[in-house]
Amino acid sequence: MGTKELIWSIITLSEKELRRFMRIWVQTLVPPAVTTSLYFVIFGSLIGPRIGAMDGFDYIQFMIPGLIMLAVITAAYSNVVSSFYGVKFQRAIEELLISPMPNWAILFGYVVGGVARGVMIGVIVFLVSLVFYPNFEIENYGLTILVLFLTSIMFSLMGFINAVYADSFDDIAVIPTFVLTPLIYLGGVFYSINILPDIWRNISLANPMLYVVNTFREGMLGSSDVSIPLALGMMVGFIILFAVICLYLLNKGIGIRQ
Amino acid sequence: MTEYALEINGLKKVYDNDVEALKGIDLKITKGDFFALLGPNGAGKSSTIGIISSITNKTDGIIKIFGIDIDQDFPKAKSFLGVVAQEINFSQFEKVEDIVITQAGFYGIPKDIAKKRCKNLLKKLSLWDKRHDQARNLSGGQKRRVMIAKALVHEPKLLILDEPTAGVDIELRREMWDFLSDINKKGTTIILTTHYLEEAEQHCNNIAIIDEGSIVEDTSMKELLSRLSIQSFVLDLENEIQELPDLPIFDLKSQDSKTLTATLTKDDDLNSLFDKLSEHGIKVKSMRNEQNRLEELFIRLVKEKDGN
Ligand SMILES: Nc1ncnc2c1ncn2[C@@H]1O[C@H](COP(=O)(O)OP(=O)(O)O)[C@@H](O)[C@H]1O
Ligand SMILES: [Mg+2]
Repeated sequence: MGTKELIWSIITLSEKELRRFMRIWVQTLVPPAVTTSLYFVIFGSLIGPRIGAMDGFDYIQFMIPGLIMLAVITAAYSNVVSSFYGVKFQRAIEELLISPMPNWAILFGYVVGGVARGVMIGVIVFLVSLVFYPNFEIENYGLTILVLFLTSIMFSLMGFINAVYADSFDDIAVIPTFVLTPLIYLGGVFYSINILPDIWRNISLANPMLYVVNTFREGMLGSSDVSIPLALGMMVGFIILFAVICLYLLNKGIGIRQ
Repeated sequence: MTEYALEINGLKKVYDNDVEALKGIDLKITKGDFFALLGPNGAGKSSTIGIISSITNKTDGIIKIFGIDIDQDFPKAKSFLGVVAQEINFSQFEKVEDIVITQAGFYGIPKDIAKKRCKNLLKKLSLWDKRHDQARNLSGGQKRRVMIAKALVHEPKLLILDEPTAGVDIELRREMWDFLSDINKKGTTIILTTHYLEEAEQHCNNIAIIDEGSIVEDTSMKELLSRLSIQSFVLDLENEIQELPDLPIFDLKSQDSKTLTATLTKDDDLNSLFDKLSEHGIKVKSMRNEQNRLEELFIRLVKEKDGN
């Protein structure tokens, strides 16, 4: 394939990915808006005032970056895991395998899909949060956008690995339900780890989600429980690691070719 | 440049469950050929096609598409190849038009060109009215034709179809054969597997028969048919007969009082059969081949092999 053809094939796959989640927008774009609104009503407006300030911010204000990350991570991950598993399940993977597209281009297309949905959900949830907290001002746009993208890429890649190994629809629900969600909830979405006893605070520092959520909070609020350069480095490191794993799996044809 | 559209040498496939699906297959298919690959279920046809189209990993062997070894330059080899798989392999929720244009895009074909080709193909395959329908709402035959459109949209020089007419009703099957004959005449090499032997006999130039992972026959259709030494006919009689005339050379058998079967070797001719029957006062009203000849041959070949 020449460069032009290659670029066109990636655009085609990316478009297909966008078309997929836009077609089922009721399942993909609406739910995060609804659940986030509920969080804001219950924790922000009803319970929040009783909690008081967290790290010097109104509780609802503190929650906003965390809730955005929660939604972005879930969206990017589940977009790629459902789409790629669906393609395997329907044998439509053969459309890609038979084409001259190199494996990295296939991976790229799926990541574009995951990132597009992640970023779109990030924006939607942010708009919802403005309804509940209209005075919110983003502290550092550059960092906020950077983390939004890095997070979406990282979890798209994780979703891809999950889909490669998945053999049933159960397999694509196990990791999000039993690993991702608990780690995000315990990763500082709802609280600063400064309020925890030392032991739990130290255990929390081993949770990778904590770094993602806090870097984003640094971007949006200018407040973080962790070192930002360390966290960004970790994210880039994970992205490289996951990308290498994905390409290895694709080249070997694991879970894809008999 | 090679004279072959496809060369397969020593192709072996052992699946993870230790099933030895292909035991070292050799095949050469000339450019422009209309080639049939026949074989009973489980013979290894789909495995062969899967490997050529890189959906299945091979265990051993060499495959060249228009002289290009797939292990050397797979992307180039792939660009020459279009495949209609046995099982439906597109996303059921996509629209027909999107499926075809997207497949073209995966080959790097820009959208405006893809749209034109898609329109052309969908019209030829009587799918144009369905272009905005979700694929899952199509009938089996329509889905099969979407697969064909998808396989042709990048204008491959070699088209491989795995049981393209299975589950398609007779009229559409004829249309499909006409369509395939037409693109074959325009220069596309075609390889297909089918269960409808009669149709293969009518349309294909060359044929290979595969059984239990080995090629048991690889020849021209003409040669194969001429090798047939026996033909059986069913004779519908004018009048009922009470007993069978004594004509051992034709191996006469009665199906009922008005129907006979006769078997002719290649030294016999129909005139002498009719003469003999007339001598016995039997009038034949009509006659037909008892069974498709190719089918007969096929069964015999497979049996012969089992006998060895
Ligand atoms: N994915 C697979 N895993 C294990 N065995 C398989 C697989 N696909 C096919 N086989 C086996 O390989 C043999 C050849 O199958 P196949 O190529 O589908 O035959 P055909 O297309 O001629 O009917 C059969 O015994 C079949 O059971
Ligand atoms: Mg088959």
